[in-house]
Amino acid sequence: MSARASGTATAPPEPAGRRPEAGARIELSGVTKRFMTPAGTAFTALQDVSFEVEPGQFCAVVGPTGCGKSTTLTMVSGLDRPSAGTVRTGGRPVDGIAPGTGFMFQSEALLPWKTVLGNVALGPLLRGAGRRDAEDRARDWLRRVGLSGFEDHHPHQLSGGMRKRASLAAALINEPSILLMDEPFGALDVQTKAIMSNELLGLWEQTRPSVLFITHDLEEAIALADRVVVMTVGPGTVKAVYDIDLPRPRGAVQEIRFEPRFLEIHQEIWESLRDEVSRAYARTGSASTGTESDR
Amino acid sequence: MSGATSRTRQAAPISAPILGRPAADDEATIAAEAARQVRRRRLLVGLSRAAVLAFVLVGWQLFTQWKIVDPFFFGQPTGIVSRMRDWVVDGTAYGTLWSQIWVTMKEALLGFFFGVSAGIVLGVLLGQVRFIADVLGPFIKIINAVPRIVLGSIFVVWLGFGTTSKVLLAAVLVFFVVFFNAFQGVREVDPVLVANVRILGASRWQVVRHVVLPSALTWIIASLHVAFGFAIIGAIVGEFLGAQEGLGLVIATAQNNFDPDGVFAAMLIIAVVALTAESLISLLEHRLLAWRPPSHSEVGGA
Repeated sequence: MSARASGTATAPPEPAGRRPEAGARIELSGVTKRFMTPAGTAFTALQDVSFEVEPGQFCAVVGPTGCGKSTTLTMVSGLDRPSAGTVRTGGRPVDGIAPGTGFMFQSEALLPWKTVLGNVALGPLLRGAGRRDAEDRARDWLRRVGLSGFEDHHPHQLSGGMRKRASLAAALINEPSILLMDEPFGALDVQTKAIMSNELLGLWEQTRPSVLFITHDLEEAIALADRVVVMTVGPGTVKAVYDIDLPRPRGAVQEIRFEPRFLEIHQEIWESLRDEVSRAYARTGSASTGTESDR
Repeated sequence: MSGATSRTRQAAPISAPILGRPAADDEATIAAEAARQVRRRRLLVGLSRAAVLAFVLVGWQLFTQWKIVDPFFFGQPTGIVSRMRDWVVDGTAYGTLWSQIWVTMKEALLGFFFGVSAGIVLGVLLGQVRFIADVLGPFIKIINAVPRIVLGSIFVVWLGFGTTSKVLLAAVLVFFVVFFNAFQGVREVDPVLVANVRILGASRWQVVRHVVLPSALTWIIASLHVAFGFAIIGAIVGEFLGAQEGLGLVIATAQNNFDPDGVFAAMLIIAVVALTAESLISLLEHRLLAWRPPSHSEVGGA
């Protein structure tokens, strides 16, 4: 496999107990999630969701606002448990937060009182590494995401794109076998988003974790992913799963959008997604109860 | 970038002669003029402050001297100064002035320390554990509604005229201020930050140490300014209610002797002490919260 990371000259050998060939299978079968509203009634966010992400695969989940995409991620991460059904990662049922999981949130989730170096070094530190070792690895990752020289800055001193790079490094430094991303580039401007997408693909190809990438941007999903899951609006269910056969490495995401094959795929998935988007839109006009579930 | 484009856009068609002049010269004059205005305003504010102070003090002095108001009840600035000199030179009825200040400060500082510690610990605990907060919440609200300064009488009865009763009163007053802020600070912690460090492998204690405490620190430190004022009030009132030494006792004695100059002199000393402590807390705040982005008022050069 091409999983063995290149360019990890200063990175220490992988800790024992974690397989060096990153990328664990993610399986959701029959996952249902209900929330209790403050009024005491149950609200179903996810209904019988089943799909799989192959080891090392990049899977994007698209769907309109309020379809439970983010809820799906919290189930896989172990931050929350499904009301029914099972989530398995690497063959084992998810029972609490698994060590091999990385998470990148829509907001950067950087601690504002720590420097960039401190933020990135936090991952290894919390996993029991020594400070020197953790900081060496953090420096290496900051170099990989192009933030050398900004180690001592605080997050508020960085631009939006730089903060994204820092949080990408923070999510990847523990070398997760599963990387969960919740609309990570949603708040960026179009150019920065394209640059970050390219860098994400570059880093992903080095270590090949399995990625579950939430977005509402279909073009972004197709440009990045091997597999696109379309979800229906509340309660969230899987409407369709598409395998994307665009060759890898894909090159610049800005350019792949003009390939004929890309347009064909886009057309096909959009047919499916369009109904959901218009249905979600009609709902927000009448009642806005479902929209909170996506947060 | 935008400045350059707008300049060319404007300069090209009409006003080339005006805008085309070398800009550096103009900008230097403008900057100098702005700096001059800032200096002038600062001077004006300072002089006005001095004028207000002089007006009050001189007015006070003259009104009492002309017997428009009775110096027996209102004291006199010169009387306050001479009373202060007496205390410094001859000491108070209970020992040197410095020992009185030290006694009161010791009580206030100890009360501050215990009150702040208890407030942070309980505030963070209740902020973290929803169940305890729900159970204890109403009781804390009830105790907070009680006029706690009255507890001072009970503490003196329990613990006698020594230091302990004053420390306890100061600590109780400080506790509630810090507690409510710590509690609120913990509640305001961004859940995404907590989720993030949990994913990175943080234990419950590590979540508190790396996210909850630093995040709540902004709130806690904001409460310390008010809390230190309460610590001094606790110490003074405690001494007032029954003590063998301390500034509160000095004030009580002055009151019993119909000596307003003595009361004002002691007040002035306490104010100086409080202002010093306040500036020390501000210093601490700057140190601990150095990571914060500069606020607009600081950028504005205040």
